[in-house]
Amino acid sequence: MAQLTLVQAVNEALREAMRRDERVMLLGEDIGANGGVFRATEGLMAEFGEDRVVDTPLAESGILGTAVGLAVNGMRPVPEIQFMGFIYPGFEQVVSHIARIRMRSRGRFAVPMVVRVPFGGRIRAPELHSESTETFFAHTPGLTVVAPSNPYDAKGLLLASIESNDPVIFLEPMRIYRAFREEVPEGYYTVPLREARVVQEGTDLTVIAWGTMLRETLDVVRKLEAEQGLSAEVIDLRTLSPWDEETVFASVNKTGRAVVVHEAVGHLGLGAEIAARISEACILQLEAPVVRISSFDVPPPPFSLEDWHAPTPERIASGIAEALSF
Amino acid sequence: MVKPAERVVQAAAASTGHEKPAGIPDALLVEMYRQMVLIRRFDRRCIGLQRAGRIGTYAPMEGQEACQVGVGLALRPQDFLFPTYRDSGAMMLHGMPMDKVLLFWNGRVEGYEIPEAVNVFPVAVPIATQLPHAAGAAWAAKLRGVDQVAVALFGDGASSEGDFHTAMNFAGVFHVPAVFVCQNNQYAISVPYRRQTASETIAQKAEAYGFEGIRIDGCDVIAVYRAVQAAIEKAAAGGGPTLVEALTYRYGAHTTSDDPTKYRKPEEVEEWRARDPIAKLGGQLREWGLWDDEAEEQLQQEVDSQVSTAIAAMESIEPVNPDDLFLHIYETPTPRLLKQRDALRAELAAKAQGGIAPWRS
Repeated sequence: MAQLTLVQAVNEALREAMRRDERVMLLGEDIGANGGVFRATEGLMAEFGEDRVVDTPLAESGILGTAVGLAVNGMRPVPEIQFMGFIYPGFEQVVSHIARIRMRSRGRFAVPMVVRVPFGGRIRAPELHSESTETFFAHTPGLTVVAPSNPYDAKGLLLASIESNDPVIFLEPMRIYRAFREEVPEGYYTVPLREARVVQEGTDLTVIAWGTMLRETLDVVRKLEAEQGLSAEVIDLRTLSPWDEETVFASVNKTGRAVVVHEAVGHLGLGAEIAARISEACILQLEAPVVRISSFDVPPPPFSLEDWHAPTPERIASGIAEALSF
Repeated sequence: MVKPAERVVQAAAASTGHEKPAGIPDALLVEMYRQMVLIRRFDRRCIGLQRAGRIGTYAPMEGQEACQVGVGLALRPQDFLFPTYRDSGAMMLHGMPMDKVLLFWNGRVEGYEIPEAVNVFPVAVPIATQLPHAAGAAWAAKLRGVDQVAVALFGDGASSEGDFHTAMNFAGVFHVPAVFVCQNNQYAISVPYRRQTASETIAQKAEAYGFEGIRIDGCDVIAVYRAVQAAIEKAAAGGGPTLVEALTYRYGAHTTSDDPTKYRKPEEVEEWRARDPIAKLGGQLREWGLWDDEAEEQLQQEVDSQVSTAIAAMESIEPVNPDDLFLHIYETPTPRLLKQRDALRAELAAKAQGGIAPWRS
């Protein structure tokens, strides 16, 4: 097995999908000869040609809107949007059409497409390169929203997303694109959608995170475990919508306490929904209010301020202490 | 290069006058007329149904029959149609059953059902968003080597939207088999054409995207048919996209919720009515010896019967099934959706017993 970074695992998944299914095609800006601004599509145009790895005009609505037509007419398009902050010109296509074509045609037309979007901040990028607006998409019925936290899952979830007959918004945590390597099997495998992963079992509380924050949260949890003998159950949500309530509720019913960590702003962030649902479903087992640890309710700031905007290890530790001490 | 405005003159010259147009069989000329009469009857009945509360808001198309029929008849069965809410005529000609169209306007999910062999995309309600879809579907046909052209319909207002530019640009860059048909009916609800663009024509915008744009008389069904058929043929032969601007007019309101007397003068409507596509072809058919009073009377009876049958089918449908709320959101429903469906079932069962079910989020 090869030791791959997350972005290399994405590249591997795309290569496997394209080898396996000739309907799979990639389209986006700079994804061809340049291999994408993060090199996620590097080498693919050379292998599969310009008809399957397509550098498009610079237009998110065009990339996503033509992908609708491609998808309903027999292709499996995998459009890339360079950064989450650039998806908004194509937002109408996502919420008005991509999410609704199956419903609007009573199943006659499906839109099997995977929109790959780097998300999250703290890569020292200019403004609008650091968005965590997964709520916009998780709020939209008909979409499946996925966010891997490691190379193994990135490859398996992306292949499962490409297999899906429903449209998937595949959020790639760009801060950890190259932060570490992990063993990733060669060849084709999938990691099922709609299933959270219990990263580690524990008894004192449940900590839920995804994407970049999963690893950072796990670092804090392990430190607290070493220092304080804490036993935390850590859940990687993986699919943000529809999310795996069963796994989350089962864990919280066991531990009685829950903390949600995300890089999106707190107000109406996914943590709000998860906390509300836990409050409804697990009320008799809850020993403390559900704690949310999120970014402040301000736009992602310029990078000199971004480390204070996102949840810090101290805030995660403090939130966990709050949940435990109630 | 021939300027778009000159092409209009050429296209118009090809189909006006008293000579029977060459190359179009008599049966097809009669069919054009029959279809225009049918959809006018359909359209007027829909307005009546809305007034009587038997369907919801409706977008009338009277005045645009030549565009609807010219496009509908030019399409080959395998071609893909991307319609807006004012394109019921073209949709029906391309295979969408009339009772389904009525059910759509009646707010029923059954109106979303498109028969398997019918290549009509669901109606686009946002403006111009269907144009990239058409470009994409055409692109897929090209990549798959399938003999299929995607035809999109839109209005003059749509030419102001970003998706118009985006779709034309993609279609041009990837040289896809798409035909974009603008029904320039002079108004986007109340906003007149001169407020949509400073261009003399919409057709000329195609020049900027590297393909041909033509402007035609949208009140002349033969002109529309010929232009769209030629564009489809060209696209199918690998000649790339075409933008067709058909000059037309909607006699009525934008929708049944709109009052056009607030923004249009009656004289203007009368001017356009003098160019009525149905009266025009009807007169020509009589000149050519293809039509008479007896045929007209029989046709009126036929269309009346056809529309009435579809209305009866629309109104004889089973009561709405609340379970339909939860279908086709995902290929496989989520556990949460199933729970919500069950909660709604419980609510309705309790209500039937005169009670109230416990609320479940």
